[in-house]
Amino acid sequence: MTVAIIRFPGSNCFRDSLHVMQNVVGAKTVEVWHQDVALPADTQSIFIPGGFSYGDYLRCGAMAAHQPIMAAVKDFAEKGGKVLGVCNGFQVLCEVGLLPGALMPNHHGLFACDVVGLEAVGTSDGFMRGYETQEQIQLPVAHHDGNYFASEEIIQALEADKRVAFRYIAKDADGHGTLNGSRNGIAGIIGGPNRNVLGMMPHPERRSESRLGGQDGLPLLKTLAENL
Amino acid sequence: MSELKPYVHLQDQDLTDPSHAADASLTDKEYEMAVSILGRTPNKLELGIIGSMWSEHCSYKSSRAHLARLPTEGPHVLQGPGENAGIVDIGDNWGVCFKVESHNHPSFIEPFQGAATGVGGILRDVFTMGARPVAAMNLLRFGEEKHAKTAHLMKGVVAGIGHYGNCFGVPTVVSNVAFDSSYNGNILVNAFAAGVVKHDGIFLGVAEGVGNPVFYVGAKTGRDGIHGATMASDVFDEDSEQKRPTVQVGDPFKEKLLLEACLETFKENLLVGIQDMGAAGLTSSSFEMASRAGGGISLDLDKVPMRETGMTPYEIMLSESQERMLLVAEEGAEQRLKEIYGKWDLDCIQIGRVTDDGCVRLNWHGEEWGVLPARALADEAPKYHRPYEAPKSALRLAEEDHRLFLQKKPDDVVDDLVGSGTLASKKWVTSQYDHTIGAGTRIGPGQAGAALVEVPQCGKTIAVAIEADGRKGLANPRECGRRAVANGVLRLAATGARALGLSDCLNYGSPENPRIMWQMVEGIDGIADAGKALEVPVVSGNVSLYNETDGTAVLPTPTVATVGVHEDPDQAVGFHQMQPNDVLVLAGWSATEVEGSEAIHASLKTNVGHVKDWDLGDVATLSDWTRAAVKSDKVHAAAVVEQGGLSFAALRLALASQTGVHLHLPEHLIPENGDGLHGVLFGEDKPSVLLAVSKEHVAELRSSASALPLEVIGQVSTDENFSVHAGQDRVVQKPLKELQQLFDRTIPEVVA
Repeated sequence: MTVAIIRFPGSNCFRDSLHVMQNVVGAKTVEVWHQDVALPADTQSIFIPGGFSYGDYLRCGAMAAHQPIMAAVKDFAEKGGKVLGVCNGFQVLCEVGLLPGALMPNHHGLFACDVVGLEAVGTSDGFMRGYETQEQIQLPVAHHDGNYFASEEIIQALEADKRVAFRYIAKDADGHGTLNGSRNGIAGIIGGPNRNVLGMMPHPERRSESRLGGQDGLPLLKTLAENL
Repeated sequence: MSELKPYVHLQDQDLTDPSHAADASLTDKEYEMAVSILGRTPNKLELGIIGSMWSEHCSYKSSRAHLARLPTEGPHVLQGPGENAGIVDIGDNWGVCFKVESHNHPSFIEPFQGAATGVGGILRDVFTMGARPVAAMNLLRFGEEKHAKTAHLMKGVVAGIGHYGNCFGVPTVVSNVAFDSSYNGNILVNAFAAGVVKHDGIFLGVAEGVGNPVFYVGAKTGRDGIHGATMASDVFDEDSEQKRPTVQVGDPFKEKLLLEACLETFKENLLVGIQDMGAAGLTSSSFEMASRAGGGISLDLDKVPMRETGMTPYEIMLSESQERMLLVAEEGAEQRLKEIYGKWDLDCIQIGRVTDDGCVRLNWHGEEWGVLPARALADEAPKYHRPYEAPKSALRLAEEDHRLFLQKKPDDVVDDLVGSGTLASKKWVTSQYDHTIGAGTRIGPGQAGAALVEVPQCGKTIAVAIEADGRKGLANPRECGRRAVANGVLRLAATGARALGLSDCLNYGSPENPRIMWQMVEGIDGIADAGKALEVPVVSGNVSLYNETDGTAVLPTPTVATVGVHEDPDQAVGFHQMQPNDVLVLAGWSATEVEGSEAIHASLKTNVGHVKDWDLGDVATLSDWTRAAVKSDKVHAAAVVEQGGLSFAALRLALASQTGVHLHLPEHLIPENGDGLHGVLFGEDKPSVLLAVSKEHVAELRSSASALPLEVIGQVSTDENFSVHAGQDRVVQKPLKELQQLFDRTIPEVVA
């Protein structure tokens, strides 16, 4: 029963994610290199950490989506295996087609690093069971391309199916997140055949220890190490 | 590069005409010195190399004689100046490796790439020593807020720093930003990085072991940055923007790969020495590595991985292409090195061998194109004792300005402070830096005068601060250096951390001007005075001269980065955690004079006048007591009284903690020298720290203070105002919300 943490060149949050999963959550973890073609046999869930895989060249997540390991990740997810993608990991999940939509550059054109208020929305899902319904939490964000965009139909379907996992609390008059312009303030969404894939821009691994100002990310990371 | 003539071989050259010296930015005298060292005239390739090695940027020829006065030793020093970066011991077999360096000239010419590659260079300086970077900071100086170029330069520089540091994956935790008209034509971009390294994992830039292979690893060499070092050693004029092609282009992704690959090789006992190809690229790295080992290197330049076709030995030796390292490996390590660098998609090519003849030999397709002595170029460059001279009359605050300032209502001065670019919130800047990556930022940007980063791999919490107040340097450049050190030590103490070492970056105008030279000499002596008195040695640094355009020099700006550890990070405090019933205690000596204070400039945009010397013994007493008080768990928030005086220190606490503050100044604190209330509220002539503590702890703190003055001067209030009473009179009353808006909107307006 192991959490596989995927490492691409430029996965800057790999070490942080590994540290929290191992030392805070207490999970068994394994580093999976992007050139590997198969996941370890005892993989129970997958964590795609944040960073700048391939330097964000071409488009965030675009090159990572075509690396050998991603075929195995896709297969794992399509069979119902749990996959969490954080920040660049979310971008990779969209690029590889496991989640709908895309992360566009922030509407103000600047990188945005802050701690933001979020509403945990999709609490009926296994991934989100550590949060109360509509619980308000705070998580760090750090991204240049976090502006979630999808067609109206997709957005409506996400809302109708309650596949929005996290929403930025601060929204503009059009209901877009003030942080980055994302549609309906969407910060994270759920997909997969068994609601088993979660992509999110905020970083739960940077707020899972009280020494860093709070543990709002911990319930989520704990569920990654448990059965759905 | 159209000037380049075809190469001449050693045997058939005729460069006896010293006018060639100018091409390499050498003076006639320096050219003669080179000829006498070689015993012959250099060829064009050699001349270019000598010009770079003896540039101000690489040789410190104007500053070396004075830098020798800096204190560089102490019980915590593991590596002092002279290497790629310095290292201090933080206990348990761990060290923190750090350096601050300028990238001023390139950043003015091309702000995004100039600043980005400044970050890249300083990160390489740190990880080439074996240390994984864990924190970055920067000190930025721009022209006036309303100057035509300021918005463009600031947007480019901040985005460039963010781009590089974020993609590389290091938290950028402090950005010290200020504005002054003297920087209109010469901005300052000083970048700092710190990393952690085990004592037995430190690598040095030495080319030891005759016959050992020399490897080139990292990105390929292109034509970018050729002559960067000489460009950075020149004053600017109106044509300077044409120097754009000499600015390098950075690739932070490549650097991230280089970091991981280097750290993997460090673990395996494959290397003898390693050095970053920074300023003057392959030239400085090869000459310095050979010189440190007292030997030589023979290089086959045709083997260097090249990005462009048709490159010449001259271009290869002087390119400043980024993300490259020179390695000296153990014999037999080649296979393993290629595996590691190949895994990270990086070139790893043997381009030479270590020799014992003391020379760097440059070969091109089997023919020798240049032979130069390593030590003479790296360590025996010209050293100038340039004349220096203090101004005939000391700079004072004009009487008229003094009178005007005292006539200003304190309410209005508070607005001037909060709305000045230098003191306003830098959130627009720091939100563009990833400051939480690493999952260790305990105290980040804007939360204190220093930042605290906990490093899980070694269980230590590193404390860092960066400071230089150029406006104080104009009248009293020595005190400017002393304050940069003193404030750094106090800022660390105010979080509860202990300073262990310094890195300095000396930014001045042309050293050929005796007044500027005086500023630098005084600045160095100031850092030396305070470094000795406060027991913080300088372990690394950099000098940036010729920061002037059309005769206008920058304010003397001796940047000091202070580095230390926090032994008990659970007790750490910043500005932001004042509690509802806290009282405010002023520890130290309350100010008495407005002359020399930032408020003068914030209100009147004029010269601040003379700056009084702080007593460094007082600073030592204050910092020791403050650190102990914070660690005793009795303090909720603390701010050093510096720019903006007591009023601004109180405001920082109020704004960061989102709570009102009332100050009640006892009669005896109001000076009788005529500056009165303005003196105590806005002056900076004495060292002090403002602390927020629970009422019940005041008596205990007082008894621990012994000779250190301690005064209760205010309290946290619930009415969401910032107010000041002097005796019975209410002298300041401002809604906090209004001040917060001004504080927040000032910088966005500068860049709008």
